[in-house]
Amino acid sequence: MTDHNKRIDEATGTGLVGHEWDGIEELDTPLPRWWVYIFAATLVFAAGYVVAYPALPDTDGLTGWSSRGQLDQTLKAETSARAPRLDAIASTPIEALAANPQLMRSAIEGGRAAFKVNCVQCHGAGAAGSKGYPNLNDDDWLWGGDIAAIEYTLQHGIRSPGSGEARFSQMPAFADILSKAQIAQLVSHVQAISGQGKPSAAGAALFTENCVSCHGDAGKGMREQGAPNLTDGIWLYGCDRAALTQTISKARYGVMPHWEGRLPRVTIRMLAAYVHSLGGGEANPVAEPVTAAAEAATEVGADVGA
Amino acid sequence: MSALDLINPTSGLYRKREPIFPRVVKGPFRQLKWAVMILCLAVYYVTPWLRWDRGPFAPDQAVLVDLANRRFYMFAIEIWPQEFYYIAGLLIMAGIGLFLVTSAVGRAWCGFACPQTVWTDLFQHVERWIDGDRNAQLKLNAAPWSAAKLGRRLSKWSIWLTIAVATGGAWIFYFADAPTLAGQFIAGNAPFVAYATVAVLSFTTFTLGGFMREQVCIYMCPWPRIQTAMLDEKSLIVTYRDWRGEPRTQGVKKAAASGEKLGDCIDCNACVSVCPTGVDIRKGPQLGCINCALCIDACDDVMAKLNRPRGLIDYLNLDDEKHERAGGAVRPILKTLLRPRTLVYFAIWASIGLAMLFTLGERARLTIDSAQDRNPMVVTMSDGQVRNGWTLKFRNMESRPRTVELSMAGLPDGKLWTDAMDRRSAARSVRLDLAPDATTMLHLYIAAPAGAAGETPFTLIARPLDATPGTNDGRDAVRAVKFVRKQG
Repeated sequence: MTDHNKRIDEATGTGLVGHEWDGIEELDTPLPRWWVYIFAATLVFAAGYVVAYPALPDTDGLTGWSSRGQLDQTLKAETSARAPRLDAIASTPIEALAANPQLMRSAIEGGRAAFKVNCVQCHGAGAAGSKGYPNLNDDDWLWGGDIAAIEYTLQHGIRSPGSGEARFSQMPAFADILSKAQIAQLVSHVQAISGQGKPSAAGAALFTENCVSCHGDAGKGMREQGAPNLTDGIWLYGCDRAALTQTISKARYGVMPHWEGRLPRVTIRMLAAYVHSLGGGEANPVAEPVTAAAEAATEVGADVGA
Repeated sequence: MSALDLINPTSGLYRKREPIFPRVVKGPFRQLKWAVMILCLAVYYVTPWLRWDRGPFAPDQAVLVDLANRRFYMFAIEIWPQEFYYIAGLLIMAGIGLFLVTSAVGRAWCGFACPQTVWTDLFQHVERWIDGDRNAQLKLNAAPWSAAKLGRRLSKWSIWLTIAVATGGAWIFYFADAPTLAGQFIAGNAPFVAYATVAVLSFTTFTLGGFMREQVCIYMCPWPRIQTAMLDEKSLIVTYRDWRGEPRTQGVKKAAASGEKLGDCIDCNACVSVCPTGVDIRKGPQLGCINCALCIDACDDVMAKLNRPRGLIDYLNLDDEKHERAGGAVRPILKTLLRPRTLVYFAIWASIGLAMLFTLGERARLTIDSAQDRNPMVVTMSDGQVRNGWTLKFRNMESRPRTVELSMAGLPDGKLWTDAMDRRSAARSVRLDLAPDATTMLHLYIAAPAGAAGETPFTLIARPLDATPGTNDGRDAVRAVKFVRKQG
């Protein structure tokens, strides 16, 4: 400003800054005054901002805002926004959920999220399972595949210690009952009825003697016992000789934990809806007996609870 | 004077705005400016209120940017988010259109159609209506504050504010059903964002049109600088014919008596006093000149009174300037408009427009998208068959419910069913109802006998069962997919 040697650009009458690049010089054009007012206003705003928000170390700011607090607020708002829908899911009888497609959709999506947290450890991210852990995408259900049966399994578990109402059955270990040769004949028979070999009279006799009480005359399984269908294409522990020998000799004792008391009722219900939606879910059984049984169960439950 | 202005004005850091009081002017360019202003304002204010019947499943507003539902309606055209390239195309056309206009007629956008120009012009008319023409305004500006001055200022500002609120108010109607939103807005139960938008746009209109004016063009807007770079020796610029006007004098009679040779300019300052940005066009082309041509009207008026030919200030390009300076005759303007550069711009501009029109007519209004289940990809069923699953998305972009038949071309031993069905009713095809103007999502299952590893490609086809004859809404939506029998 006190540079008296400043040269003036002839065309514009404006002073030159003194910088030159390849013959192009920079004009010292004054800024408009409103610009400096806006600049001052931003400084005032910045000062206010520093005071209002936790900008300085160890200060909370006048507004008390924090990113954690904002997250809390967002979560609370989200939770209360979802509450009516969750209430509706919880208060609708599970067999009736499918009649309300929108509610069913919500339940499935809620179940999808809960599945990723609670179930993928055993059943896998896509619910495809692995050896010993059933694939929930298929149409083979050990204990029943309608939505109410799935919910029951989720609530009470399978052979889950600590749950009085868990689905329970126990296959004997036939190594103590049958000889190795007999077990081998039985393995052949099981392979035969599932289309993997020729049936034999001895194997059939052993099967009738030892297995039909749970697996049924034709080996088609029994859901009350959680006994698998031995004639289909799905094998939880494998269908080669070694796996079948192992199964028959030493038995299997798959455990699924009960979720009642660990997850909210509505979450269990949503999980049931999700698992049912994976492609193998079965239709509700004929309505009347189920309703009666459910009512009876509710009464018993209420009595116990009281 | 503030402390900032005490600094030597030629090398100072900051410069105070010199208020500008443009004089009223009459003439063909003023008429054109009126016409453009009325057209622009009418289009802006009226468009959201136009109705367009689209049936019961779509809004009946002719132009609607429905952000909440992600739809853009423009008369017979409806655009979904995935068709946003049409908007991109429009923006490219707008860009090339500006190149075209700039190369042909220079800063015509700045001078006539820019919202800043249109609203500033409107505000200046209000100013003249309240305060009088240039001289009265100058006097009032210099006068000390009094009740009369305050009254005039307050009435001017309240009219400005009314226009500003109406401007901001009109904007929101492009984004919601106008009559409904207008009712809500007045009743006080419109969404907060509507009030916030109106407040922000009212504020900017009021300050930019009322107080910032030419400061926006000179300091804030990048467009004049870009346009300056796009001008060439054939672009029309408002030019003072100094070879005809100079030497100028105010004392014509005295000079004539002394036998001096004079130019046509009588230095009456009419061109300066009508200029909305306060520049003196006689200093040559400059950044502050928005090429609104009002000085041409003003000067032609004076020349007519002096019985001299019009056009001392005129639209002229640099080539013609050289030509005339060397003594050449005035060339017709049309020749400078039609030249390779403008024609190429026009060709590009027009071909983008035609290409968009063509694709718009040919675009599919029913599409099918699929995402194959990957975890697990193959599910063995209890009967030994294998099942694949897909999440299907049908986009029915027409505003009516549609019925399609989904079938398979290929995979002869496969049967399909959806998540709304049972596998027992699986078949080769299924009839689906698609919601109007919506994406219908469903899960598709296909089961086929197990086999060796490998993929079997086939095609999913959605065939509309309700096509209108003579239109292209009967075209199949197809999607190539593959069936996997064993996970590799």
